[in-house]
Amino acid sequence: MQRRGPLLVEGPVEVELEDGTTVYSDRFRVALCTCRRSRRYPWCDTSHRARSNGPSDDPPRTDG
Amino acid sequence: MAYDREAPQLPTARGPLSAAVGAHLRGSGPLPGPEAVTGAPAYGDDLQLALYQCYELHYRGFAGVRPALEWDPALLGFRAALEERFLAALRAGTAVHESVEDAVGALLVEPVDGAGVSHFLRDEGELWQLREYAAQRSLYHLKEADPHAWVLPRLWGRAKAAMAAVEFDEYGGGRADRVHARLFADLMTDLGLDTAYGRHLDAASAECLATVNMMSLFGLHRALRGALVGHFAAVEITSSPGSRRLAQAMRRTAAGPAAEHFYDEHVEADAVHEQIVRHEVIDGLLEQEPHLAADVVFGIDATGHLEDRFGDRLLADWRAGRSSLRRPLPEPSREASGISDI
Repeated sequence: MQRRGPLLVEGPVEVELEDGTTVYSDRFRVALCTCRRSRRYPWCDTSHRARSNGPSDDPPRTDG
Repeated sequence: MAYDREAPQLPTARGPLSAAVGAHLRGSGPLPGPEAVTGAPAYGDDLQLALYQCYELHYRGFAGVRPALEWDPALLGFRAALEERFLAALRAGTAVHESVEDAVGALLVEPVDGAGVSHFLRDEGELWQLREYAAQRSLYHLKEADPHAWVLPRLWGRAKAAMAAVEFDEYGGGRADRVHARLFADLMTDLGLDTAYGRHLDAASAECLATVNMMSLFGLHRALRGALVGHFAAVEITSSPGSRRLAQAMRRTAAGPAAEHFYDEHVEADAVHEQIVRHEVIDGLLEQEPHLAADVVFGIDATGHLEDRFGDRLLADWRAGRSSLRRPLPEPSREASGISDI
């Protein structure tokens, strides 16, 4: 596992959450959140990234 | 609204270069020599539209234009002159990082108080601005992933396998209703926009055309495969947080479920793609072809350069209270879900 970042697993995956519900993804590869900060938990949404305070524009931003 | 497979109409010319390409495509006029390109502003409307017309022949072409013109030697020669000018401006105008690690690292830090287009749309974007944004972005998103597919034959081993896997995801993982271009057409329907391929070309700014032309330029030239990989990495790395802000914008304005879904899907998909592109595509390419590192950096930073120009133009227009489009959008159709309460 990387020092910072999600756990990558082969899809499809079914994940059982702590409340007993299960969620499913059939993506070819799935990024599982390991920092608990994701707003789409258990899937990674890149919330683990470092944040800077300096004023800045968006980094490049199309959608892939 | 159906996902239109018809070839689009040729656009309205924006100057002598785009007029000459249009005339040549209609079969009614010789192309000027390469010297005609010399004084033209590289990022200007005329040159960018001329180049866009040349490239579109490799995607879906134009209504009434012979498909064989895709490989017309005279047109390819003229295109080369346009490309040379565009690429020279890109190389001169792009501030490049020292290394791939530095360039990627810079993208992995999220500014707390970002001031880009997606921040603006999240915080204060109005529906008309979301419609303009989607209309311009449709030039890419209705052929999403297509410019990047050109690179596949130019990669080997794990870089190729990983790039193909990400592209497969972009193309819906084998399901037509999940192809990202299809999801974007659904978003456009929510926003009351015409989803026909190429319909918004005349409305799009030169800054928007340049972002799409860069993808085609990098994709169509094997010599620029490193830049294509760098560009693709920049897109995938930055997409997830940007898409979250755009999904929030769609929710706040009640744009509609498909409009939200397009960006929600990209939050999740691109968090995966980022990891694969960084660790498999870039690392795999540079393992085999380490001399391409400078091109990867150029592709990353040129993407930032052109996206900044496009974002600055959008924000300048909107903050001045004016449209960012060259021609107004038709009023949204009544049945569009997000705007029924207007």
